[in-house]
Amino acid sequence: MLKHLLKNVAGGPVTIQGPAASTEAVEELAARLQKLTHTRLGKGLVFREIDAGSCNGCELEIHALNNIVYDLERFGFRFAASPRHADVMMVTGPVAKNMKEALFRTWDAAPNPKWVVAVGDCACGTGVFAGSYACVGKVADVVPVDLHIKGCPPRPIDLLAGLIALIESTVAPAEKKAS
Amino acid sequence: MSETTSLSSLLDQIGKPVEGHRPWPRIAADRKGWSSLIAAMAGNDWTLLGLWGEPKAVHVAVADVPAATYAVVSLDCPERSFPSFSAVRPGAIRLERTAQELFGLTAEGLTDPRPWLDYGWWGVRQPLAETPLEPDPNPPRYEFLPIDGEGWHQVPVGPVHAGIIEPGHFRFTCNGETVIRLEERLGWVHKGVDSLLKGATIENAAKLAARLSGDATVANSIAFARAVEAALGIEVPPRAVWLRAMMGELERIANHLGDIGSVCNDAAFAFMLAEFHGLRELVAQANWDSFGHRLMMDRVIPGGTLVDLSIGAATRYDELAKTLRSRVAGLVHIYDTKPSMLDRTVTTGTVSLELVNSFAASGHVGRASGRDFDSRKTPGYPPYDQLEFRVPVFQDGDVNARVWVRIREIEESLKLVEQIVSKFLEKDFAGDDRLVSEVPAGVGGEGIAMAEAFRGEYLAWVRIGADGLIQRCHLRDPSWFQWPVLEASIEGNIVADFPLCNKSFNCSYTGADL
Ligand code: SF4
Repeated sequence: MLKHLLKNVAGGPVTIQGPAASTEAVEELAARLQKLTHTRLGKGLVFREIDAGSCNGCELEIHALNNIVYDLERFGFRFAASPRHADVMMVTGPVAKNMKEALFRTWDAAPNPKWVVAVGDCACGTGVFAGSYACVGKVADVVPVDLHIKGCPPRPIDLLAGLIALIESTVAPAEKKAS
Repeated sequence: MSETTSLSSLLDQIGKPVEGHRPWPRIAADRKGWSSLIAAMAGNDWTLLGLWGEPKAVHVAVADVPAATYAVVSLDCPERSFPSFSAVRPGAIRLERTAQELFGLTAEGLTDPRPWLDYGWWGVRQPLAETPLEPDPNPPRYEFLPIDGEGWHQVPVGPVHAGIIEPGHFRFTCNGETVIRLEERLGWVHKGVDSLLKGATIENAAKLAARLSGDATVANSIAFARAVEAALGIEVPPRAVWLRAMMGELERIANHLGDIGSVCNDAAFAFMLAEFHGLRELVAQANWDSFGHRLMMDRVIPGGTLVDLSIGAATRYDELAKTLRSRVAGLVHIYDTKPSMLDRTVTTGTVSLELVNSFAASGHVGRASGRDFDSRKTPGYPPYDQLEFRVPVFQDGDVNARVWVRIREIEESLKLVEQIVSKFLEKDFAGDDRLVSEVPAGVGGEGIAMAEAFRGEYLAWVRIGADGLIQRCHLRDPSWFQWPVLEASIEGNIVADFPLCNKSFNCSYTGADL
């Protein structure tokens, strides 16, 4: 194992270069740009991922963000186990009605200020499950959404571009009006 | 019913085959025939492969694997009531609970008649019955299994879990650190897949099938496509048959790599997570460059495949296979020589052969406990009859055995990838470059198929109307039969070992929640 580690140290980084912030995301966020919350948060954001009825495809790509190639933590992002420690809720899925209450409560448990990122076509309301008796339809119907990242599933690089926009903009969370 | 009756002779006795159901026969049984099948199942080891409802009918897929007999048996139940399989096959319990809730059927004698997917939040009851019911204004509270005795406490976990993972509720009853019972409460991600499939075009239904469980999207798509092709008598071009196998094996490799890394991470060996997930990423990137999708979603379609494999891509996968083989071997050596790692996986979460057999738990879960079943071999589907590979089977049934099945399966799948690649490099398709056969419009039929995913076999059953629309489609995730085994695996272990057990299974929540 030592040999393996030495080889890794000598081999240089495997991470790819971080993408530029997605223009779409910047636009969406700029629309809500208000005062400097950065000063309060510093350069780090803590995420809490919530699967609200995903097919698990989006989760695989969110997982990939943590791998050695994308290495999310170098941008100051980190996933937390508890919503109490989180700044950003990353939500996937069309919001299965069975998950609606759990999604709301998890979001509610996170301290203010907080942001919500809807990840994937399902979460954005354009996925294949929308319209069923068992689905609410989109995340924004349950909790206020600050940023939509489309794709089925969005690639890690797309996620990264959206999230970098989130931290580069100094945003105020979307208006708090939840059902 | 004598024990020597074969399944095929019993099928002859209990009813007539329905026309237009392929490739297995579908037998229309009467109540007596249905009940005699249940009675016969009690006295032998035939496999229950699936059970699904309709507004006034119920179907069961059964197999006598050594005799290579596979069939669907159907019972019309105008009174919306059918005798339950649950007493002879525990794997039927959750499927029957689901049929009760979605279709308003009654499974007579169901050993666990509690609700399953319906929490009272859908705004409708029995959504797929002929006449769905108004929601219950006061849905009854879900009753967990009663606990008796002294000195126990409970740990409720979920639905929202601590990691980046699907939601489900686990209720641990413990005595000190030791788990005495785990009860699962699933259904949180029920999306109404069966209702969305009903009336869908084949194209849209294929998209839904590809998303039943996104981690096994290729296998799901293969199962659905093959069921449609069986129903409509479509012959798939040879090139597409091989492309499907290629994508199926890449999916298996990627998921096993990810899961081995995650099991190690749950024993706090983060180095392995970093390494294995890095390897998984190599596969995903090659998939993006070669097939235009990192998970290869929607690349297998009814009739064939959407994409081809270029010579350049074939060469790249050939090299990738070699890289993975050597890098995985190095990591496996580390895994196998770290006592602190093995201490967590060896003898943890053990399940017996008897238990996996009683549930027909497939994939690595079954094969780690000695259940030698792989749908690529039996009943088998092309092109696996032309490929050389072994199905690794282990006996210990613990987390370590499930890790080893995955290690060996990665090795086998790498060999398969190389065999398939050489077929493409040698341009071995007699100049036949077709990727997809036409799906005839305005033809109906019924079909069934299985496809082996990294976690076990997906079963797809489809009935297509003369208008070319899906009348009923049931997609059965292997997790239906693995989740109950996971409950048993943790008994007598400590709570802290649950993540290891859970990851070593990696059952799908979405696939079984429908
Ligand atoms: S957007 Fe696509 S990948 Fe994500 S949950 Fe929905 S179906 Fe799955």
